[in-house]
Amino acid sequence: MNVQVRDTRTTRSEAASRLAIADCDIHPAHKSKRDLDPYLEQRWIDELRTFGPRRRVGVQSGPAYPKSQPNAARRDAFPEDGNAPGSDLDFMRRQLLDPYNIQLGVLNATGENGQHFQNRDLGNAHCRATNHWQIETFTKNEPRLKASLVVPYEDTQAGVAEIEHWAGDPNFVQIILQSRSADPLGNRRYWPIYEAAAAAGLPVGVHAFGFGGHPPTGSGWASYYIEDMVGHAQSCQGLLISMLMEGVFERIPKMKLVLIEAGFGWLPPLAWRLDKLWKRLRAETPHLKRLPSEYIRDHVWLTTQPMEEPEPREHVLDTFDWVGWDRMLFATDYPHWDFDDPDQALQVRVDEPRRRAFFYGNAAALYGVAAVA
Amino acid sequence: MTTTETGGIDCDIHPAVPSLKSLLPYLPRHWADLLVQRGMHELDSAAYPINSPLTARPDWRPDAGKPGADLARLREDALDPFGTRIAICNCLYGVQLLFSEDMAAAYARAVNDWVRAEWLDREPRLRASIVVPPQNPHLAAEEIERCAADPRFVQVLMLVMDEMPLGRRHYWPIYETAARLGLPVGIHAGSAYRHPVTTVGWPTYYTEDYAAQATAFQSQLMSLICEGVFNKFPDLTVVLLESGVTWLPAHMWRLSKYWRGLRMEIPWVDRSPFDIVRSNVRLSLQPFDGPPDAAQLERIFEHLQSDELLLFSTDYPHWQFDGLDAIPPGLPSGLARKIMIDNPLRTYTRLKETVT
Repeated sequence: MNVQVRDTRTTRSEAASRLAIADCDIHPAHKSKRDLDPYLEQRWIDELRTFGPRRRVGVQSGPAYPKSQPNAARRDAFPEDGNAPGSDLDFMRRQLLDPYNIQLGVLNATGENGQHFQNRDLGNAHCRATNHWQIETFTKNEPRLKASLVVPYEDTQAGVAEIEHWAGDPNFVQIILQSRSADPLGNRRYWPIYEAAAAAGLPVGVHAFGFGGHPPTGSGWASYYIEDMVGHAQSCQGLLISMLMEGVFERIPKMKLVLIEAGFGWLPPLAWRLDKLWKRLRAETPHLKRLPSEYIRDHVWLTTQPMEEPEPREHVLDTFDWVGWDRMLFATDYPHWDFDDPDQALQVRVDEPRRRAFFYGNAAALYGVAAVA
Repeated sequence: MTTTETGGIDCDIHPAVPSLKSLLPYLPRHWADLLVQRGMHELDSAAYPINSPLTARPDWRPDAGKPGADLARLREDALDPFGTRIAICNCLYGVQLLFSEDMAAAYARAVNDWVRAEWLDREPRLRASIVVPPQNPHLAAEEIERCAADPRFVQVLMLVMDEMPLGRRHYWPIYETAARLGLPVGIHAGSAYRHPVTTVGWPTYYTEDYAAQATAFQSQLMSLICEGVFNKFPDLTVVLLESGVTWLPAHMWRLSKYWRGLRMEIPWVDRSPFDIVRSNVRLSLQPFDGPPDAAQLERIFEHLQSDELLLFSTDYPHWQFDGLDAIPPGLPSGLARKIMIDNPLRTYTRLKETVT
């Protein structure tokens, strides 16, 4: 994690002989505060500069819990021009895509993307602008990169409209929400968004973070960034419990849920707990026809970063078996400090078919991208 | 049932306060008068709706009245069939829900005096946890001191969700007092409902509320570790009650990994969180939330890497298992005895004063 001390400056021809990698969580960044201006009406540019984004958090900008590193980034991920890590496509190619032979990189433009602005009109415009910016800056210029469609999910109508506007555009391979929402994501006010995504053939990615305004524990505000970070696993459990019990997967059979950057080791114990609990309490949720674990098995994918690291490491193999090898999507979280290096992430012996599925095949199948020979 | 040992120690049973009025004899005049004058409602928590299937096993549910309110039934249902030598009463009455610190302290005292008179004095196999008002940790510490004079009080009882994360220094007077008196702090499922039970807002169904309790235990265990509670009070034992068990290894993998990356933020945490758990934290057995088959169960115990973590519990009268199958089938040999007898005796050192 953090500072890269190993030399990874592999040449492109060497890299081509490596196993192809799909990186399911790459974070693009703005070069400057004016990056979105070309895609925004002047009134929104003025509004943002005058009053700020108005989020459900006290500080006017930046995270409520200070990160461990500037921009939460690897120290070596700042491009030569000194701008934000993740803002320079050519540098991203040289540091990430080429040396690791990443053939598919899924961009998740989280952060200040507009999804959580209290002024919904401003937020909706900001999401639209972010989507234009992703295409113009990244995906149009680099075929290995695909974008996640930034959807203003707290405003249901606008969220649906955003999906319908871009439906069929090959630059986008999923929609993206953030886990810490204003209501649990199974709440019926989000259903039209999932229906629109299913109709457009797009998986629903839910990335850790967000600004729903609720404390990151059921017992109030934690003190530390480490608690905020580990706590994404608890938030994702909360949203998955909600989606399952509200019957999202029963109501929307084509729904594909991708949980991004929230770990995966918690899923099997949660499924065991829910199966038992649901058998006791199913009178409350008659709209569910199957065990929670069965919906999970059919509808849920998870990205791997930050990789669980038991001691001994082999214990993680049990978790993969329980989750399902076909549901794991490798991710680096580039350029963030807790980057998982493809060469280091999977420190356990795995047979070749599983290794290929883990690092590429599962993602290619999910996102409908051609498999690499 | 193949592995249950007789003479076990049941670390989580729930005698119920039959009604608010049953506390009247145990409340000072002022609070008793106000209870009547204000027409106060029951303090039953929304965490356990009385008619919910989970709140009472079908064969443990009485024809009338609250489950767990009758001593004869408790003997018949929970003590005799399991050959239980000792059972620890964790009274879940909504003291923690109150907003007035003074009212909460008065009701905590009343519940403790009630449990002593109506349960401990009548049944020698019973012990109890001390209900405290977490709303004011100094009043809580006073209540711990007061009850601890009776060796049949063996633990301090808190709920897993309160006003703020339980590791915060606000609560340290409770931990200081408990550690000094050799009392573990039991943290039980339930909430003061100051915040949504999930970190993403208020859920629709009770099923979600109960499922999310396990995530609250994860957060609170992390808070206790990160805030340095176990560094400040190295002899303190925290017992997670009705927490679920199987989430623990994966949560510790994640927390330990982030601790390696972020320990500069909490430099007082000088060893791996999983090590801290193995030395200072215990969990009651039910609900176990186990995998569907025995081979997977074996893997879970391998992941726990300790045979000292679990303490036998029936969670009476809650419906966590049927018949006498409190111990998950397929448990590694020798472990049942540790869970039922050795681990509880090591955890609740006060039991040695009263158990021969």
